[in-house]
Amino acid sequence: MRANRMLKVEGLTRRYGDITVVDDLCFHVNEGEFVALLGPSGCGKSTSLKMIAGLEIPDAGSIELEGKDITQMTPGQRKLAMVFQSYALFPHLKVIDNILFGLQARKVAKDEQQRRLDSVVELVGLSEHLQKKPGQLSGGQCQRVALARAIVAEAKLCLMDEPLSNLDAKLRNEMRSEIRSLQQRLGMSVIYVTHDQVEAMSMADRIVLMNDGKIEQVDVPEGLYNKPKTVFTAQFIGSPPMNIMHLANERLGVRPEHIAIADEGRPARVISCDYHGADTVVLAEIGEAEDRAEIIKIRYPGHALFAAQQAISVNWRPEHEHHFPVSQ
Amino acid sequence: MLKRFNLKAWLLLLPALSLLIAFTHWPTLKSFWRSVTWARSDAAPAKFVGLENYEILLDDPVFWRVIENNFWYALGTVPTSIALAIAMALWVNSKIRFTGLLRLAFFTPTILPMITVANIWLFFYSPNIGLFNQLLALIGITGPNWLGDPDIALSSLMIMTVWKEAGFFMIFYLAALQTLSPELFDAAKVEGASAWRMFRKITFPLLMPTTLFVLINALLNAFKLVDHLFILTKGGPNNASNLLLYYIYETAFSFLDSYYAATLTVVMLVTLAIVALVQMLFIDRRIHYR
Repeated sequence: MRANRMLKVEGLTRRYGDITVVDDLCFHVNEGEFVALLGPSGCGKSTSLKMIAGLEIPDAGSIELEGKDITQMTPGQRKLAMVFQSYALFPHLKVIDNILFGLQARKVAKDEQQRRLDSVVELVGLSEHLQKKPGQLSGGQCQRVALARAIVAEAKLCLMDEPLSNLDAKLRNEMRSEIRSLQQRLGMSVIYVTHDQVEAMSMADRIVLMNDGKIEQVDVPEGLYNKPKTVFTAQFIGSPPMNIMHLANERLGVRPEHIAIADEGRPARVISCDYHGADTVVLAEIGEAEDRAEIIKIRYPGHALFAAQQAISVNWRPEHEHHFPVSQ
Repeated sequence: MLKRFNLKAWLLLLPALSLLIAFTHWPTLKSFWRSVTWARSDAAPAKFVGLENYEILLDDPVFWRVIENNFWYALGTVPTSIALAIAMALWVNSKIRFTGLLRLAFFTPTILPMITVANIWLFFYSPNIGLFNQLLALIGITGPNWLGDPDIALSSLMIMTVWKEAGFFMIFYLAALQTLSPELFDAAKVEGASAWRMFRKITFPLLMPTTLFVLINALLNAFKLVDHLFILTKGGPNNASNLLLYYIYETAFSFLDSYYAATLTVVMLVTLAIVALVQMLFIDRRIHYR
């Protein structure tokens, strides 16, 4: 069974003067799917989202929502919902008016407004804050208001632009799973922009990995981790990033967590150890290439006590090897 | 420790405080005192007369005339210049070309001294050779005597005042507009709000602190700015365009009655204090400050 196409983006391009910020972007979102637009800052992911929202005009390409071309429509006509990085809450309006702003603008009937408000307030847990102004709320609560404003619209597609980046680490983890469970419960279709690979990997059904305005790889999270197609993908996903060793006719990639320190294997020399609690990242020099040594990282479970310059042996299983052509 | 801190604080406040007392508070108190005294001339010793000066004031038709004029003058200039200022600020804040030139054009009246402005407008308003009447003559209309006709002299002053003030207030609105996060308007657009709705529900309420500030200044200016009267009408004809502050000046320096001028001054001070107080107390509460 093929899922319903919610959004299709074709050849989307945006230039600022001579610089191409988004270059020929093509991807789609299925109904009820959570798609993350992932990439380093400045890769064009936020610009792409703004073009989908209608807040930026693309120089080329088309955007289709449920089979209908919306490229030329104003943001309001597209009837999408959006959560902004800064939350973009109206500071002078009470929480309740912030949530209902869109419904009032779209002249939704009063009893329908009330019905939707009641259900969304329960979902995100804001009932005792409805009469407050955003300035009286904590960052997490503001985030919930922004979320409520997006959910209450009952839009076909919800766009989220780094919605968690202003929260502290603990709250970010909580909100991450909360947004994901809300999305699954309500069957929302979501495009989620983030530069945080952990967010993308843990929340998304599929990830669109972007680099320098172009799509690097579109895949499910396991796909990006297990079968990276390019060195960029290999090094962007995973922490610490994948070790890339320069061989004569190819590049060999092995993830730090797949390298074992054992009694036999390739000889290596310890440079330093970085203790992280659950594991230790060991920096070592390996004589893989004939003429020069490579520096690799090894993720060693537990607390490793290796002295600098200590000789060790490392090995890995062949299925954990990734091969990339030299041109990359 | 606290005492020494207090001493330091007072020392730091001293320069500003002494200027304020010498040139604001002391003359104010002096005016109050003068308003309850009288003397035949400035050389003669003044004697306490109680509220006699105020009784004269209540019976003075010119006083009531200038109060009425000032009321219409404020009502005519303040809302108009504020509305114009907001409109111009929104315009020059938008992403159109030549905004620099526009801003300069709107702001020019502000940097000109009031006397200069009045002289320019004297040329505009002149009955026969004036710019307005020459333009009107081109389309076959005989223009009015802008400054000489008692029915329209005050209105002519108001038009000029709006022209002069709106650009100044625009600067405050422009500064305020630029502090508003563009994401707010992006959010409103995504939610389907029309341009008018965005202005009414977001821009205007968020500009309210500026509006209060501008409103107080505009109202005070409606009483304070009378320089143009010296050039244009001298309060005439027959007090048709006379304003309170100009009347105070006339009383003190043309009629040389400094005691009655002090009485008028007290009325003006109390009026302005009440205006400011009302604005602060009643409007302030409904404003969102960040």
